[in-house]
Amino acid sequence: MALPPPDPQFVLRGTSAAVHTLHFSCGNQEPDVPILFSGSENGFIHVWNLKTHRVDKTLDGHGGSSVYCVETMGGKNRLLSQGRDQRICLWDLAEGRTSVTNSVFTENVGFCRCALLKVAQGRWLMAMAAKAPEEVQVLELPSKTSVCTLKPEVGAKLGMPMCLKLWQHNCDSQPLLLAGYEDGSVVLWNLLMGKALSQLVCHQEPVMSLDFDSEKAKGISGSSEKVLSIWSLNEQQNLQVYKTHKLVNAGISDITIRPDKKILATAGWDHRIRIFGWKKLKPLAVLDYHTATVHCVSFSDHRNPSERLLAAGSKDHRISIWSIYTQT
Amino acid sequence: VLEQFLREGRISALMWEVCQQQAQAGSPELHEALLNKIVCLPDHVSNKLQGKNPPVFFPQNYFPLLGGAIIQVLQKISDSLRGGLDCSISFVSHILGKVCVHGRQKEILSILVPRLIDLTKSDCIWQRICWRLVECVPDRWMEAVVLGFVQRTPGADVLSRLLGNLVVKNKKAQFVVTQKLLLLQYGHTTAVLQNLLGYLSLDGLRRALLIKVLQELLETWGSSSAVKHSPPEQQQYISKAILICLSHLKEPEIETCRQELLTSMMEGVKCHLDSNLPQIRRLGMIVAESISSKINTDGPVLKFQVKVIMKFMPDAAVPLVLESNKKSHTAAPVTPDEESDAELDSDDDLIPYDMSEDKELKTKAPVYIRDCIEVLTGSEDVDKWEATVKALEGLVRKNPAATKEVSVELAKILLHLEEKTCIEGFVELRQRAQVAVLTTDPIPVAKYLTSQFYSLNYSLRQRMDILDVLVLAAQELSYPKSHGKTKHSGAQKPCIQLLPGSDSSKDWRRIVDERIKSKTRRFATGQSQVELVSSPNEFSSVAGHFFFPLIQHFDRPLTTFDLLGEDHFVLGRLVHSLAVLMYLAVNTVAVTAMGKVLLEFVWALRFHTDSYVRQGLLSCISSMLLSVPTERLLEDMTEELLETQSWLGDVVEKDPDGDCRRLALQNLLLMENLKKKL
Repeated sequence: MALPPPDPQFVLRGTSAAVHTLHFSCGNQEPDVPILFSGSENGFIHVWNLKTHRVDKTLDGHGGSSVYCVETMGGKNRLLSQGRDQRICLWDLAEGRTSVTNSVFTENVGFCRCALLKVAQGRWLMAMAAKAPEEVQVLELPSKTSVCTLKPEVGAKLGMPMCLKLWQHNCDSQPLLLAGYEDGSVVLWNLLMGKALSQLVCHQEPVMSLDFDSEKAKGISGSSEKVLSIWSLNEQQNLQVYKTHKLVNAGISDITIRPDKKILATAGWDHRIRIFGWKKLKPLAVLDYHTATVHCVSFSDHRNPSERLLAAGSKDHRISIWSIYTQT
Repeated sequence: VLEQFLREGRISALMWEVCQQQAQAGSPELHEALLNKIVCLPDHVSNKLQGKNPPVFFPQNYFPLLGGAIIQVLQKISDSLRGGLDCSISFVSHILGKVCVHGRQKEILSILVPRLIDLTKSDCIWQRICWRLVECVPDRWMEAVVLGFVQRTPGADVLSRLLGNLVVKNKKAQFVVTQKLLLLQYGHTTAVLQNLLGYLSLDGLRRALLIKVLQELLETWGSSSAVKHSPPEQQQYISKAILICLSHLKEPEIETCRQELLTSMMEGVKCHLDSNLPQIRRLGMIVAESISSKINTDGPVLKFQVKVIMKFMPDAAVPLVLESNKKSHTAAPVTPDEESDAELDSDDDLIPYDMSEDKELKTKAPVYIRDCIEVLTGSEDVDKWEATVKALEGLVRKNPAATKEVSVELAKILLHLEEKTCIEGFVELRQRAQVAVLTTDPIPVAKYLTSQFYSLNYSLRQRMDILDVLVLAAQELSYPKSHGKTKHSGAQKPCIQLLPGSDSSKDWRRIVDERIKSKTRRFATGQSQVELVSSPNEFSSVAGHFFFPLIQHFDRPLTTFDLLGEDHFVLGRLVHSLAVLMYLAVNTVAVTAMGKVLLEFVWALRFHTDSYVRQGLLSCISSMLLSVPTERLLEDMTEELLETQSWLGDVVEKDPDGDCRRLALQNLLLMENLKKKL
């Protein structure tokens, strides 16, 4: 007989606003504490200490506008945050500082989270939705020079870019971008040449979130409908649908694959977090804790596998932390 | 000497003598004396010898010896019977009976029974001797003997051999076996039950008894008072007995009593499931399942999900028996269908959790008032309807502006709203929604409700609902609000409870008492409480709208509604509601006018025959005296007050109802207080 699903290991309260984005930074050795960054609808970024379960620092850089993307750039001292005030801020958090060192004015009023990729020591690529509709711009950080602007062809009617993922096969190959659009298609872009390599219509509704496993060249996307779509990339860099999975309730806000590529988590509009096995998309667990839409899920980067955690942030102002399937 | 007597087996000879004698005539006194002596020998001897009792006289030794002697006698009897001679066995029976009744069953039967079992195995003369032996035991000792035999024999067939058709022939034995052991006692082991019931089932003559026993057991099992009042052990015992009986029943017998079994099963399972004790429920379920599987061999069978330890009897025909010390198992939950783990790959070391709770989300309640109206009036979707009913009050309170636009419509819908599905607390939900609508937009809705109170074709319940809603809303409106929020549970002051019946009269007493207390002067208490935030009395502007229309048409009968005639219950409620409204109108502008009108109303109805109405009228007077400022009372209503005072005096003395008298007395006291203020 199957066990009932586990309860959250602990729940972080205190954001007093809906939580839109989460990012762990737990890879450091002692005496550094494991940290979780969370961005909320009231514009604050909370730095949670996962040992004491309390907020260590609160960063206010977006003037009350909702923060919907938080990423670290090489460690917990450099933070990138994106807010609805059309700004992407770069923070310096070393040695107790909380200052914005740089910011990028995106002039984009959408909700598309930016994507980061480290290409060399101290050099990053960042993809974000640009000012013009349907366009994605890729910048190099910290220089903020534009690498390319990805414009879909005229008449493609892809709609806004909804979610982005930058990746490269290994350190030497070219970086590629996967973008999910409002019309439900996923497009693979070549950054060097600035053109699309492949386009696949995965959903009938906008693609809300996607994640990609570069080792297996397989990706998954979720939308506002009841279907999860898994697609793969073949040698000719063509996207093809691998399988689809029907969900019980419609609406997925976020999907993320665990770094060890064993399981993945989806954040649902039906207040539930679902865990699937990545290999065959076998449903493993339904975590029913939150009382409102779950906006984001994130896996931790603990070095010790048994300490790995899953965090989910929801509209009910809570962040639930789960310890699930840590033995594998 | 006695010792020697015993040792030489003279007892058996003695008994043999007596038996032979009895076949002819014999003096009963001698027999009696001998009987006494033989059985009570150990006691007599030990009394005599006190400490120096030789071991052979100890009961544990003596009675086995006696048992052996009996066997010898029986042997001699059997020989003589074979020889053709007749002899009586009754003396031996007497001895056996008396010994058993004296409590020495264990000792004597431990010798007797095994021997008899052996002897009766194949020899039918021995069987007959054994039967005779038991049959001749006098009635007063029969129970002890039968019980001893039933307990000692290793199996039902052996018991059958030993006892024969004793139960059929002997009334007392029948009573013991069918009634006493099964229904009146419950301390015996399962083995005893099996023996007993097996014994009953083994012979055609006795099977009728088996059926009768089963019927009686079922009757007891199914009687609700037995289930409620008898100890669980007894119920377990009876259930066991029923199950064993069932297992012995043959097909034709089941046919004949199928209907009876079914009815008793249904009744019995109902009583058992009603019980608060989980073990009783379990017992009920198990027995019901067994009965059902017995009588419905082809049709659908009653199935509960109960896990018990089953013990299989060695008898192949009998399926199951409850273990006497059943370890408790809670009802096993439904196991979800697990996915077939046929695929063996590394994904499989991730064991899925139970996902049976993952279901589609229920429909949400509408967020807009107009949507609610749509759902409540037209929608066929019961989930949505339920969600709307639950969410309505909150929505109304959160969106006063939107509610004001559709307030009368909403009030109309709510007044006519009937329960479509079974929601918990539907009546309360509806009432709270109505109160919310009324407080949000008091004047039009009050107008509507009061007009509907006197309209045709409403049920009494609806009219009383109108009154309740008006009073609750008035209470809410007149209560000081803190931070613009009303406390719903707090606003329900315990003294204003809208319960039918005479409860409200006690509450009125309490209110009046409280008010009297509050009117007593206190010197220098100082500021012990934080001052409440004051806000305008919202009831002030609408009190008249609540009050006057209700009082307007009370004497105008309609075809379906006659306050002064049959519907005096509603009249009573109306009067009480008016009293509350009056009380709540304290410090409002309209209070004097209300007071006057109320006093006239009371005057018109003061001789009403229903005591509930009279209590209400007296409460009206109390409220009026408490709410209307003294100056106004004394100036504008002096004559009426005097008249009322004389009426109240009358009530105090002559009214048959105790509460009325008390209320009238309180009113008189209040009036006295008034006078003192002059």
